[in-house]
Amino acid sequence: MDIYVVLKLIWAGLLCVLLIGLGLMVGMDMGVGTLLRFVGRTDGERRTALNIIGPHWDGNQVWFILGGGAIFAAFPTLYATSFSVFYVVMILLLFSMILRPVAFEYRSKVDARLWRASWDWVFLVSGFLPMFVYGAAFGNILQGVGYHFNWTGQYFQDGSFLAYLLNPFAILCGLMAVCLSVMQGGVMLMIRSENPIHDRARRYASRAGLAAVALFLAGGVWIRGMPGFVLEQGNPAMPANPMQGQQVSVQVGAWLHNYAAHPVLWLLPVLGVVSMLAGVMLVLANRSHVAWWMGLGSWVGTIGTVAAAMFPFFMPSTTRPDQSLTIWNSSASQYGLTCMLAVALIFVPLILCYTSWCYYVMRGKVHTADIIKDTHSY
Amino acid sequence: MDLINPTVVDLSRFQFALTALYHFMFVPLTLGLTFMLAAMETVYVVTGKQVYKDMTLFWGKLFGINFALGVATGLTMEFEFGTNWSMYSRFFGDMFGTPLAIEGLMAFFMESTFVGLMFFGWDRLSKPAHLAITYLVALGSNLSALWILVANASMNMPNGAHFDPETLRMTFDSFVGVVFNPDAQAKFVHTSVAGYVAASLFVMGISAFYLLRQQHREFAARSFRMAALFGIFSTVAVITLGDVLGRLDYEHQPTKIAAIEGLWHTSKPPYEPWIIAALPNDEKQESSFEIGVPFVLTPLITHSFNTPITGMIELEDAAAPRIASGITAVSALRRYEENHQAADLEEFRAHQNDMGYGLLATRHAPGQDVTAIAPEQLQSVIEQTKPDILPNVFVTFWSFRLMVFLGVFFFVLFAMASYLSLKNQLERNPLFLKLCMWSIPLPVLATEFGWITAEAGRQPWTVFDRLPTFMSASTHSVSYMLFSLAGFTVLYSIFIAVELYLMFKFARLGPEAHGPHEDADPAHLSVVAH
Repeated sequence: MDIYVVLKLIWAGLLCVLLIGLGLMVGMDMGVGTLLRFVGRTDGERRTALNIIGPHWDGNQVWFILGGGAIFAAFPTLYATSFSVFYVVMILLLFSMILRPVAFEYRSKVDARLWRASWDWVFLVSGFLPMFVYGAAFGNILQGVGYHFNWTGQYFQDGSFLAYLLNPFAILCGLMAVCLSVMQGGVMLMIRSENPIHDRARRYASRAGLAAVALFLAGGVWIRGMPGFVLEQGNPAMPANPMQGQQVSVQVGAWLHNYAAHPVLWLLPVLGVVSMLAGVMLVLANRSHVAWWMGLGSWVGTIGTVAAAMFPFFMPSTTRPDQSLTIWNSSASQYGLTCMLAVALIFVPLILCYTSWCYYVMRGKVHTADIIKDTHSY
Repeated sequence: MDLINPTVVDLSRFQFALTALYHFMFVPLTLGLTFMLAAMETVYVVTGKQVYKDMTLFWGKLFGINFALGVATGLTMEFEFGTNWSMYSRFFGDMFGTPLAIEGLMAFFMESTFVGLMFFGWDRLSKPAHLAITYLVALGSNLSALWILVANASMNMPNGAHFDPETLRMTFDSFVGVVFNPDAQAKFVHTSVAGYVAASLFVMGISAFYLLRQQHREFAARSFRMAALFGIFSTVAVITLGDVLGRLDYEHQPTKIAAIEGLWHTSKPPYEPWIIAALPNDEKQESSFEIGVPFVLTPLITHSFNTPITGMIELEDAAAPRIASGITAVSALRRYEENHQAADLEEFRAHQNDMGYGLLATRHAPGQDVTAIAPEQLQSVIEQTKPDILPNVFVTFWSFRLMVFLGVFFFVLFAMASYLSLKNQLERNPLFLKLCMWSIPLPVLATEFGWITAEAGRQPWTVFDRLPTFMSASTHSVSYMLFSLAGFTVLYSIFIAVELYLMFKFARLGPEAHGPHEDADPAHLSVVAH
């Protein structure tokens, strides 16, 4: 196989890994933010919940930043087009994302009820909204997006943002992502908290897990009857130029073609459902450490299912299907992908090492009594 | 060639400038304070004196308030290339995305992961281990600045990439060319050291406040001295590297340096004065009320006594053939995209280095299509395009001057501060202490003027000589832009109000108010130490 094609595939795979990391790690913090007002009734309890992810949220958030950076470097055309086409949604996502670091740092610095209650609402919104948008974006790209390019490579939008926000399938996908994040956040709270936070978190985590399974299955049924996209012609080694070189057709149920051609892919949705169900049972059995790893399985299964269905599409165009963005036509150059791969091979293992070490240093239960005494914590 | 609505381009530029300038209110302090914290903690670990741990904890708390906003507003920057500069990101992303992604992998991950341990790990790590973490945070934040400035330098001096007609974008071809871009190296040191100046004055100013009030005197005096010495070295470095940058602009961005110096006509060495103040008029292309110091400009910019510096009018004239050649390049490229004829590709290749100037002519072409320019119209299109190669001279000229005047002021201030601090005469000079206190925001102002000089001076390009700004934006509607601008304005106003409130609150409370004073207990200290 052409080396350029191999590089494109590796980077598409790495992008999946980043999206999974983002869903898992950022999703966990978002889940804690969403649950904050529900698992914590008193100020001390809420501060306990915040301090459980306190030492880690900033590092976790980098998964999100790195997701953006990696799309920019490895698939610049995808970055340039998708961020602009989803403008209003992206800006809303951005607003809620920038509220979060501020909320962490500022909430507990002033001892006034209204002040802290306001920031607790900020945690709720900035936990729920980004995960919802994250999931809804997957829903939108599965349905296709209205855009086209002119000869210089400038994109033009052919649809309204309302269609991307208020669209039943996208809402389903958005809620699914929120459920997975609430489950993961709840599990993390169980690992590092005591009662009463522990038991409340357990209740929310198990319910969110069951809801996630239901939404995932419903989405699967929906996709069977949905128009999908088929790459009729397009050389994987083509120069990365979305303006020409592809022929794409639209067919109902086409997103299941890859599964029909390679039945082994069914393992991915199965992994997702089994992990979610096992996660729920482990949560109920108070085995929260193992349940955390089931969260990883859930995200691998979910994102893997979407990726397997859409391959090699990233963001199909409904108005000019031939200009759909695929792995083949939106990537960086061979040189760029090679450089980035070398950098990633050096730094990703390093990042995984020191992130794990930080969790190891900060391991153990967080006690509400200690938090109330310590004014330096969140 | 469906041009983007100019209002949308202006609003996109306004939003980017607003969010970038805002982000850059917090970054310099982060860059400098991390190193100052590391220095304070080093002294603590080496000497074991409690006052240095108090210093680290207290300034660390103020650092944290500032850091959160730096991180939050940095997210905006990462998104904005995609959300508002789609054409730019597609055209230049193959190269430009790489330093940004490396920044995330190498620097930002390290900084963000360890900053949690820096705040929360005091009781869980040994003294040297915690010190190492603090250094890693400092290293991370400064490496982060390195990669961002590598990316920024490539916009000003696009090294390591060439235009590829098959993909219609700049193709990345040399990692070394990008990383060792001379502009990047000089910019990194200039900018990060400017951050050290900001942090020094921040620590010095707040310490001056305590000295004025006779509070926390030992703490404040030690903090003041450390900051003053850190500040004087940093200021010297900022000025030196600023000089290097000026010389690089002279070599690679002649329009920028001419605009910075308000030089409408080619200089006449050696007499040519350095203009201290003037009122440049962009419409008439001349300046009024010029006040200058003779004989200074030539050696300042060229480091020689007899090299002339090309003026803006002469640069416009020199651009005329490039505009003509660029129009040929764009026309050939368009034909090639449609028919893929080797002859068109060959013609494009012969003119490709001027393609950017052809794109620049789009605005003045009939129907905004350079391929439709008739031979008899060519001369008038070129004449109309010529002035477009210049940045806004008034803005570039004055932002540079304000930055330089502030830099000179800092040099004097830190020199006096170091002298008075070493002579232990600070408390006898309350007026000087007040001056230090009121100067806290000035370095941030100076760095903002620096950004404006560099980026306003880069206009009319996003990628210098390659891609005009008016083509780079996303094709949004005006209402989309108003929506996002309104949101940023509201959020950022709330943030700055909260940040200032907390900064003042904790600065007034002073070091003693820092946390439950477990540190006063010697038994506890020994636990931490072993």
